[in-house]
Amino acid sequence: MAFFLETLIGGLMAGMLYSLVALGFVLIYKASGVFNFAQGAMVLFAALAMARFAEWFPAWTGIASPVLANILAFIAAGALMFVVAWLVERLVLRHLVNQEGATLLMATLGIAYFLEGIGQSLFGSDIYPIDIGMPKDPVFLFDTVFPGGILVNQEDVIAAGIAAALVLALTLFFQKTTTGRALRAVADDHQAAQSIGIPLGRIWVIVWCVAGAVALVAGMIWGSKLGVQFSLTTIALRALPVVILGGLTSVPGAIIGGLIIGVGEKLSEVYLGPYVGGGIEIWFAYVLALVFLLFRPQGLFGEKIIDRV
Amino acid sequence: MLYRENGQFKTSYRSDQQIFPIAQDRIAIALLVAFAFLGVPLLASEYLYTSILIPFVIMSLAALGVNVLVGYCGQISLGSAAFMAVGAYGAYNFFVRVPGLPLIPTLILGGLCAMFFGILFGLPSLRVKGLYLAVATLAAQFFSDWMFLRVKWLTNDSPSGSVSVTQLKVLGMALDTPLARYLFCLSLLVVIALLVKNLVRGAIGREWMAIRDMDVAAAVIGIRPMYAKLSAFAVSSFIIGVAGALWAFIHLGSWEPAAFSVELSFRLLFMVIIGGMGSIMGSFFGAGFIVILPIALNRLLPAIGDLVGVEFSTTAVSHTELITFGGLIVWFLIVEPHGLAKLWSMGKQKLRLWPFPH
Repeated sequence: MAFFLETLIGGLMAGMLYSLVALGFVLIYKASGVFNFAQGAMVLFAALAMARFAEWFPAWTGIASPVLANILAFIAAGALMFVVAWLVERLVLRHLVNQEGATLLMATLGIAYFLEGIGQSLFGSDIYPIDIGMPKDPVFLFDTVFPGGILVNQEDVIAAGIAAALVLALTLFFQKTTTGRALRAVADDHQAAQSIGIPLGRIWVIVWCVAGAVALVAGMIWGSKLGVQFSLTTIALRALPVVILGGLTSVPGAIIGGLIIGVGEKLSEVYLGPYVGGGIEIWFAYVLALVFLLFRPQGLFGEKIIDRV
Repeated sequence: MLYRENGQFKTSYRSDQQIFPIAQDRIAIALLVAFAFLGVPLLASEYLYTSILIPFVIMSLAALGVNVLVGYCGQISLGSAAFMAVGAYGAYNFFVRVPGLPLIPTLILGGLCAMFFGILFGLPSLRVKGLYLAVATLAAQFFSDWMFLRVKWLTNDSPSGSVSVTQLKVLGMALDTPLARYLFCLSLLVVIALLVKNLVRGAIGREWMAIRDMDVAAAVIGIRPMYAKLSAFAVSSFIIGVAGALWAFIHLGSWEPAAFSVELSFRLLFMVIIGGMGSIMGSFFGAGFIVILPIALNRLLPAIGDLVGVEFSTTAVSHTELITFGGLIVWFLIVEPHGLAKLWSMGKQKLRLWPFPH
């Protein structure tokens, strides 16, 4: 029982981290109908910027405090993501309005290659640490209830907390601010939003900025967990089943989907993996999402797909 | 002036329905095929065969397969490399386990394995559509990555799934020179391209295109979505499987599951989109573009670096390659979202009016 709970909690934590990446997909898809394959590259780019700025700022300015250096690096990386968002809108999306979904998808793949290349040439291609002072030691919980207690990674708990806070902030931003309302209007209907005077171009920049900020947070957390390296881009591929499971257009879907996938992955790996040779996490997530899709083709919380001739 | 169809009257159904109705097209294609079979062997060097021509021919075949599914039937697939892997390992298993099986049946059996795999992973397409399906096809990709790494029986118990084939023979002739390999792949490509061309202009191809354009409307006028979609998956994955077996047997010789990674799936989709969706010609253009571009960049960048006096390290070259590749793709999609095939047909249209455009 304790072992089961331990796996379950581990899965929930991992799921939270997946939903962090999945959020980036959902935000952009909602507002612009673009399925952004560059999200993984954005995570890598942001994490690389953050890691390297945190390393460079003390050398340039002589700041001794690591906390201050980290904060400055975070701000600098955020600014960089803003520039990326602006350039993407200016140079790519603006010219691809009204194209087919497949073309847009391929364009974001092009952006992904571009970002991977430029990120690594600017910031280097080794493995860099991000040290934001997260505790690394595991702790035991409930040792009074179960013999031996439940092993929980403190780092994961904090990461899940940050993710939850981010989701809360995003929800507030979408529901309570004027910009948020404009974003929802654009997501609902491009033409109608435009006709009441919402500038589509600016909205797209904002959305890509928000996605960039989400990528930065995701990159920071994953980077401090695994180190900043090229394989961070594959996290996007692991977050994809989360997105389709939750529904491409639903923010809560990304969270719930993340939790389901996280738990499903861990439980399958632990209880099913040994019988088939292990390493089944990644395709199991996809198959799980696929099974859900067979019953609800639009994902758990996606908008109902209505076919009209 | 040279490219006119005036005066070419069709006097029978047969001549009205031929693949290339314009005589100049027929001559051009015949010349092109003759050049590929006879001219190229006179000119090409060993390097050209192994690093450009053979990959180009095999990738054209794979792109053709992807185009059937994505371009003609409108089902976006991100798992094409998985079908290639199944084709390659399927053919390998028949090659190893059935002694004395000739090469061509081996390749076809590999293609059939990929076909069944494709139909299996095509089943969700009956329910799931669009981008959801695109992501769902990634399941095939990751499943095959895992399968060939972990299921030892499939790779003849070799560690890490790396296998190799040697001593290939076709009809008693050994495929030991690059020229022989090139000609073998080219012949297969020509045969399959002809088959596909005829499929897509027949009844079944029209069904695929109807499903692509509007699946509900197609169902209303009596096209069975299940039959149309699954047959597209079957034909497409058969061709991709044969291409995968060729890629492994002829081009690589020895390979491991990583040779068919998700990266290759993306590249195959790039070929189709850049070449032109729903165009046989486009598959060749796209394959040429994607195969040759990285090689060209790889050679050009150090040369440019020498010119301006900057030394490019190998990592810098690979990063610049990524940047240029990504940039070019985006630029290309913006300039011509319908692909190189569209440019080709526009060029032909212009040529018809030349030298007196309105």
